[in-house]
Amino acid sequence: MAFLDVTDVTLTFRGLAALTGVGFSVEKGDIVSLIGPNGAGKTSMLNCISGRYVPDSGSISLGGADLLAVPSHARTKLGLSRTFQNIALFRGLSVLDNLMVGRHARMDYGILASILYLGRARRAEDAHRRRVEDVIDFLGLSPYRHQAAGKLPYGVQKRVELGRALAAESDLILLDEPMAGMNLEETEDMARYILDINEEWGMSVLLVEHDMGVVMDISDKVVVLDFGRVLAEGSPQEVMADADVVAAYLGGDDGVFLGR
Amino acid sequence: MHGQCGLFFRTYAGEARIFPSRFLMVSMGLFGTALCLAPLAMNNYLVSILCLINIAVIGAVSLNLLTGFCGQISLGHGAFFGVGAYAAAYLASLGLPFLAVLPAAGLVTAAVGMFFGLPSLRLKGIYLAIATLAAQLILEYVFLHWDAVTGGSSGMAVDPPQVFGFAFDSDVKMFYLTLAVACVCVLIVCNVMRTRLGRAFVAIRDHHLSAEIVGVDLFAYKLRAFGISSFLAGVGGALWAFYTMYITPEQFGIGLSVSYLAMIIIGGLGSVLGGVFGAVFITILPEFLNFLAHHAGAFFTDISGALLAMKEGVFGLVLVLFLIFEPEGLANRWRLVKAYWKLYPFAH
Repeated sequence: MAFLDVTDVTLTFRGLAALTGVGFSVEKGDIVSLIGPNGAGKTSMLNCISGRYVPDSGSISLGGADLLAVPSHARTKLGLSRTFQNIALFRGLSVLDNLMVGRHARMDYGILASILYLGRARRAEDAHRRRVEDVIDFLGLSPYRHQAAGKLPYGVQKRVELGRALAAESDLILLDEPMAGMNLEETEDMARYILDINEEWGMSVLLVEHDMGVVMDISDKVVVLDFGRVLAEGSPQEVMADADVVAAYLGGDDGVFLGR
Repeated sequence: MHGQCGLFFRTYAGEARIFPSRFLMVSMGLFGTALCLAPLAMNNYLVSILCLINIAVIGAVSLNLLTGFCGQISLGHGAFFGVGAYAAAYLASLGLPFLAVLPAAGLVTAAVGMFFGLPSLRLKGIYLAIATLAAQLILEYVFLHWDAVTGGSSGMAVDPPQVFGFAFDSDVKMFYLTLAVACVCVLIVCNVMRTRLGRAFVAIRDHHLSAEIVGVDLFAYKLRAFGISSFLAGVGGALWAFYTMYITPEQFGIGLSVSYLAMIIIGGLGSVLGGVFGAVFITILPEFLNFLAHHAGAFFTDISGALLAMKEGVFGLVLVLFLIFEPEGLANRWRLVKAYWKLYPFAH
């Protein structure tokens, strides 16, 4: 069984089928991209995995554990984290606290320890702060550490959101359009971060992205969705050569795909 | 020979302290000493105001935990406060010692608060406000009609608290007692807010979908917010019962709930210090207006009656002006003032 195994997932909204019989897999340590035209069901697929939507049928498992059997908030403990397409930071918290919240599921001291703030909570806060500082160093967020997340520039907020998902030190990270609205330099930085997350932090990545240049460059595997169905699945080269994919999404006039 | 310019931390724990700098610790120490000595130089009336402030601080800071930090608007806080007062009065009438009554009243109120927090699973914002308003009305009805426990409309008498044989039977003694309890309550909220529990509360307020993704069980944590907030409100209510020595249902009406909301809005939502400032401000304002009307009446004898009547209107006017000119509350103004003096006399 693959690391993330999506089998025959169907999701409907009152007769409108967002996903029909979608199945694909992510192997441990891979970067897998989910691409397709707008409305193809990419974000719906991520929402099914993270627990925002409950599919009508099908199964999703992560590392052998049935994800659909546990509520959304408990999936973090099974090794899942994600970012959102639109920035979904905790605007009132500082960057540091946003990342600390990212480690929420990894902390286990209780209410009483919180209230008394004695040894246990104190030591845990200190230890988790160290890990968070690693993330801050890695993403170059130290100038913004104590600033409220809601007041930062867009590109930085995107990075903070990546950091929040990274701070969870999950096994699989779901990234929903991390490059959306970024300039060339920020896009390159983000691509570099994703590669490093994969290689140095050892996290598998499931990426939804419209920037084909990035997708084809960094992915081990590409899954193409169209109208809620899997159109193609394979290596970037295979997908780019697929006549259906070219017709549905990439466009084929001169053989140049939609890069920058 | 080189002093340091500004505040530097060498440990993460140092940064997490409530009073991170020595200057702050010294000034808070001086303030605390002055506060403890103040009753010696005051008459009973002024000391009684201080007692009311201490109790109001507990109520406001606890509501700020629920509404300001966790984003769950509550219009029933006055009734929760009342549950604490009645629980304390009833338990004390059974002969329980004060030190057991205080936390027990908190626990009873926490249970009631969590019960009325159940709708927060489905309801947000203004809808939750209406649901908690229902809690306020239901609880008021219970206060008035559960005669066997609450004494109904005739109310309940409460004896002054005794700790190890020492009776807190004067305003000055009650001042020290309420001050100590208020400090503990504020410390609890400070601690909650610098740990995972408090961060989860703010996460729920700011973006509940993301909060769920990072692993916060929304419902469980909302209930925790209701539980902790009502526990503290219950402790505040218990102190109120012991301090006033006679409680009746109308003390815990919707007016009390609204005045707690006014305290945290004027003090600053989502700030512990804001809750304290708001409680001080809202408690002192009517007394100050009383004082003004009284003294102005000595000069303008003809209109002293009218001045007293205008007091309520002025109270409302001050609140409205505050919301217009200082929408982020007193806590924010305090921050700005501190920032100004940090660099004085330079602009940058």
